[in-house]
Amino acid sequence: MTSIEFRKDLFADERDDTLKEIGQPTIRQDILGHVTGRTPYYDDHLFDGLLHMRAVRSPHHHARIRSIDTREAERMPGVRRVATARDVPNNLNTLLSLINFGKDDEPLCAHDKVRYKGETVAWVIADTERLAREAVAQVRVDYEVLPHVLDPEEALKPGAPVVNEVYPNNSFDYHERYDHQKLRFGDVNAAFARADHIVEAEYQMSPIEQAPIETCGAIAAPEQNDRYVCYTNTQALFFSLGTTAKLLDIPSSRLHFIGGTAGGGFGGKVDSIVEPTAVLGAILTGRPVRFAWDREEEMQVGAPRGAERWRLKDGVMADGRIVAREFTGFFDSGAYTRLSSYAIVKGTGHLPGPYFIPNVAANVYCCVTNRTPATAMRGFGITAVDFAIECQMDRVAEAVGMDPIELRILNAYRDGDMKAHRRKAKNTALIECCQVAAGKAQWPLSGEAMAQSSLTGGGTPERVAIPETVTDDEGRIGERRAGRTASTAPSRNGRGRVPSGQHGATIVAAPPQNPDMQIEADRIGHRMGSETPPSAMGPASGAAQPSAPYRPASQTGGSIVPPRPTPPPAAPPPAAPSVPPSAPPPASPSYGTQPPSAPPPAATPGAPHDAPYQRPAAPEPEPYRPDKPFSRGTRRPGSSPFLSGTRRR
Amino acid sequence: MAKTPVRFTLNDAEAALFVDEGANLIDVLRRGAGDLSPKQGCAQGTCGACTVLIDGQPHLACLTLAETVEGRRIDTTGGLAGGPQLHPLQTAFMEEFAAQCGFCTSGMLMAAKALLDRQPSPSRDEVAEAISGNLCRCTGYEPIIDAVMRASQRMRGAA
Repeated sequence: MTSIEFRKDLFADERDDTLKEIGQPTIRQDILGHVTGRTPYYDDHLFDGLLHMRAVRSPHHHARIRSIDTREAERMPGVRRVATARDVPNNLNTLLSLINFGKDDEPLCAHDKVRYKGETVAWVIADTERLAREAVAQVRVDYEVLPHVLDPEEALKPGAPVVNEVYPNNSFDYHERYDHQKLRFGDVNAAFARADHIVEAEYQMSPIEQAPIETCGAIAAPEQNDRYVCYTNTQALFFSLGTTAKLLDIPSSRLHFIGGTAGGGFGGKVDSIVEPTAVLGAILTGRPVRFAWDREEEMQVGAPRGAERWRLKDGVMADGRIVAREFTGFFDSGAYTRLSSYAIVKGTGHLPGPYFIPNVAANVYCCVTNRTPATAMRGFGITAVDFAIECQMDRVAEAVGMDPIELRILNAYRDGDMKAHRRKAKNTALIECCQVAAGKAQWPLSGEAMAQSSLTGGGTPERVAIPETVTDDEGRIGERRAGRTASTAPSRNGRGRVPSGQHGATIVAAPPQNPDMQIEADRIGHRMGSETPPSAMGPASGAAQPSAPYRPASQTGGSIVPPRPTPPPAAPPPAAPSVPPSAPPPASPSYGTQPPSAPPPAATPGAPHDAPYQRPAAPEPEPYRPDKPFSRGTRRPGSSPFLSGTRRR
Repeated sequence: MAKTPVRFTLNDAEAALFVDEGANLIDVLRRGAGDLSPKQGCAQGTCGACTVLIDGQPHLACLTLAETVEGRRIDTTGGLAGGPQLHPLQTAFMEEFAAQCGFCTSGMLMAAKALLDRQPSPSRDEVAEAISGNLCRCTGYEPIIDAVMRASQRMRGAA
């Protein structure tokens, strides 16, 4: 296809164009080991005196831990150690904290309550796997079962149980401003008003387990020089190393991680759970310890691709042009954030799919529920919404009576078009893909559709009416260009800062953004007028009290983020309803009647509860201290935590 | 824990081991006899990654009690090659790109070998049936079937 331009401009100095591999047989470099059975997977490293570690897991979706009785298990023959949350030095983490994104919200081992079925409550380390299993069955855990919520939209309702006290609204906080990720491009409401057809539909996708044939596992052993070696099948070796160092509070220089061979992964081996667990076992026993999930754990505890629900609303002209598209998305993160918060940022940047649509809006919620936490899997964050978008295109074609492929060609983005995240489309090829696919399927297309090209027709004034986001050499946005540092402080009049575009010579004023971009101080970081009894608020929420700054201390130097403003008392409800209107209402109608800075009295850390149970003496989670040797990533004023170095465009 | 002496032939070599009461063959082969080529994927007889040949018949080592192989012959992928000379199945798997992560491969090879030993010129359907107890999550099954067909043709040509 001569009309497709590959990104040769990016790699011109890096490769010669003698590409001849496609269509030719090739032999994998590692396949000799596979066919002879000699490829060394993590479990193929044999150790004398290997101990086996198994987890005691919650049978409940949501329950408070009243007490854990390990005495019977400890007396069993062959049991070397029973470990609980109190054995984990720094028992609170979030995976993306290594790149300064999100709040620590997940313990390696539950200590106050369990938030999903299968969550770790304790571990047993024994001479054989069988003895470990038998001892696990003897650990007695007294649970107080709590109401649970398993549907992401249900979790956002005001009366829903608080799953994770770090996110008391059951939603991730975006940009310290919103309880959802927003996308605003043009004015969807004006476009809906003049559209000939409105097409609305809802789509959803279930969680999908990666199900590698080799389950997640790791073997850790004491090494010389007070180090620990860890053989693992992780897909993210250095993430696992950093996470282990943080959770176990030891320098990463004392960890020797060996990976590289995974018996299938598909995203399910990035969560860095088995590695810190196995190393903890090796530290506690001084012996080689193997911690591996069995198949049931892989299916129940192994994090899947999260469930997603999407509502799409399209405004379509009679000739098939889509003039507006609106998304409301609910992403089921499960009990802990892990990578879901990032998946939504990625997915929102992908909207509205490979089409030029001049008016786009999206509200995407990262919902915390009592389900198994979700994580990476093969294009996660994109897959479900792409399914929704392409089903929606077929519905639109039906609504206007058009051929579905021709409708896609008509709306496809072309080189030079402005995408909804305000970057120009480049190297587009959807039109050519449609033409080739139609040809292969012997699907007749009109001569006009066959004559279209991605190289022409794009970038016309009406297709770049909204200007590109201006970035500097480091990918920094807007006024921060050329050394100017604008305040990102939320304004007090209830509207967020909008890029005015006044500082660059090539910028024209950006069209006004939708009026619902105000800061949602009432909906992030704390829960308003909770209907959950105060006794259900565990002491683990101590790190997330409403008035407490939750940014890691490592970011305070040069921080550009001011303290979150306290909403004025008795403030009226937000002036404009959220767009889309189907978005859930603010957390409570009692907004303003209860000062958000007043924590529920029973949530005082360490306060005794009226129930006469004995809480395990787990250490209170402390904020991550920044002087650890594994702390990496710097946060400068104005820099994105996702960018480093020069971004090539 | 009581130990039982077990003696069997493993890939042409004699093996004599004391095994734990109730131990599975997969653990005895891997940790006792040191043959790491059979893999444990599910430990419940579902995935086929642990398939070995007992007296020429494919068996799931994770569901086989080690005490039951007394006096029998066990073949694994570790013994498939004759020294440096690869078995035609191994060569065909390499040429047909019939492995990606490689974790199911040794079970696939054993299931295929059992088929070719009893039916040297199988149809594609027979190959598919022979590996129907083995799960693969990476490459899909077509390249694996292609490889078995190719190996069967090559073995018949050489015979």
